[in-house]
Amino acid sequence: MFRNQYDTDVTTWSPTGRLFQVEYAMEAVKQGSAAIGLRSRTHVVLACVNKAQSELSSHQRKIFKVDDHIGVAIAGLTADGRVLSRYMRSESINHAFTYESPLPVGRLVVHLADKAQVCTQRSWKRPYGVGLLVGGLDESGAHLYYNCPSGNYFEYQAFAIGSRSQAAKTYLERRFESFGDSSKEDLIKDAILAVRETLQGETLKSSLCTVAVLGVGEPFNFLDQETIQKVIDTFEKVAEEEEGEGGEGEAEAAAAPPAAEQGDQDVAPMEM
Amino acid sequence: MVKQNANWSPYDNNGGTCVAIAGSDYCVIAADTRMSTGYSILSRDYSKIHKLADKAVLSSSGFQADVKALQKVLKSRHLIYQHQHNKQMSCPAMAQLLSNTLYFKRFFPYYAFNVLGGLDEEGKGCVFTYDAVGSYEKVGYSAQGSGSTLIMPFLDNQLKSPSPLLLPAQDSNTPLSEAEAVDLVKTVFASATERDIYTGDSLEIMVLKADGVKTELMALRKD
Repeated sequence: MFRNQYDTDVTTWSPTGRLFQVEYAMEAVKQGSAAIGLRSRTHVVLACVNKAQSELSSHQRKIFKVDDHIGVAIAGLTADGRVLSRYMRSESINHAFTYESPLPVGRLVVHLADKAQVCTQRSWKRPYGVGLLVGGLDESGAHLYYNCPSGNYFEYQAFAIGSRSQAAKTYLERRFESFGDSSKEDLIKDAILAVRETLQGETLKSSLCTVAVLGVGEPFNFLDQETIQKVIDTFEKVAEEEEGEGGEGEAEAAAAPPAAEQGDQDVAPMEM
Repeated sequence: MVKQNANWSPYDNNGGTCVAIAGSDYCVIAADTRMSTGYSILSRDYSKIHKLADKAVLSSSGFQADVKALQKVLKSRHLIYQHQHNKQMSCPAMAQLLSNTLYFKRFFPYYAFNVLGGLDEEGKGCVFTYDAVGSYEKVGYSAQGSGSTLIMPFLDNQLKSPSPLLLPAQDSNTPLSEAEAVDLVKTVFASATERDIYTGDSLEIMVLKADGVKTELMALRKD
């Protein structure tokens, strides 16, 4: 995509029927750090890579709680994402106030998409430069949607957006058919493995990723660093173990005692 | 056509009484469960106590439709606060919010007589008492509603600190234990039930402490 005479404002069509400003907005999403979402019949897991401006600063928040039963992960212009999250929270609260019941996620994404469409048809506005992975519940169970700057939205079993998301998508494409009946723990493991794919070689540490879960009977919550690190340890240790001891639990237990013995000779061994 | 006086009122009084007592590390909030209109009873087990936040519990008597609407508004505002600040509202913060919400409708008030009880930021019990348009005060104990005129003087007798001007000097009250406070609440409601026709059926007592909340139900006279 190169500069041309039809890309100055969003209200100009190109002769080939394209709105370049909208397409440029979608490019902004591809520049953001990766965000991944997957769902089973009852749970949705959202994960993202923590990117910081510099070593001195903290990383930006890319996963937001919208309500107990809806969460959103963003990629692109995080400021736009923050504002849209506030809009989603407001819609959710107003719906609950009027109808005394939680806003079905399918309705919310339509509101979001309509809001995004407005910005593609006003000369004094610009499209939102953020892609949103909206995970939530309605009466039929868990759902994952992707909202683009164009005003389109799609439902997914699993999806990844942002930079190097293709690697994660390839991983998810291989595994998505089993997600529907996955347990929550397996879903989390797949999410973190998908995040690892986007890092392409960089060692996966719990400080590099943020993971959030929501499901039927489980309100939206972030996983703490310890839990994430434990999941990472299960598959990192399995990779290191020479003898295939089979079963992630055994691998973890086998790895722990040698470390203890080496670390502190005075402490009694943990395993008998 | 003679001008008729308005015989329709947007308000009704559903009766009932609410009490709250603050302790050193607890707060007791209690209300009867009778809901009435005129001389009729609408319900014998309607709860007038509503938890707004982890450390703030609201009890309101008056027009229950307005009370319900008020609770909904406060609940939504609390959700917004939690999204913005990533934590629950403290009791003093909720107290101010309630006052502002009530005054917002200064010229068509919520017909609600509120008592807000909870734990402050230091973990000490606190009670805030309101009028219908939001004037509020932090107090150690309060009663609102149809039985308040019967209960308040007795609570003053038992709980009010002696004046520092008295001679000979009387020391201030020993702190009230949780069991003593609950017992006092049961006593005042039993007495109020005797003489206030709008108070009775059963008594709901909520005790709020740092580790959580406990609810107890006690039978009252049903006549």
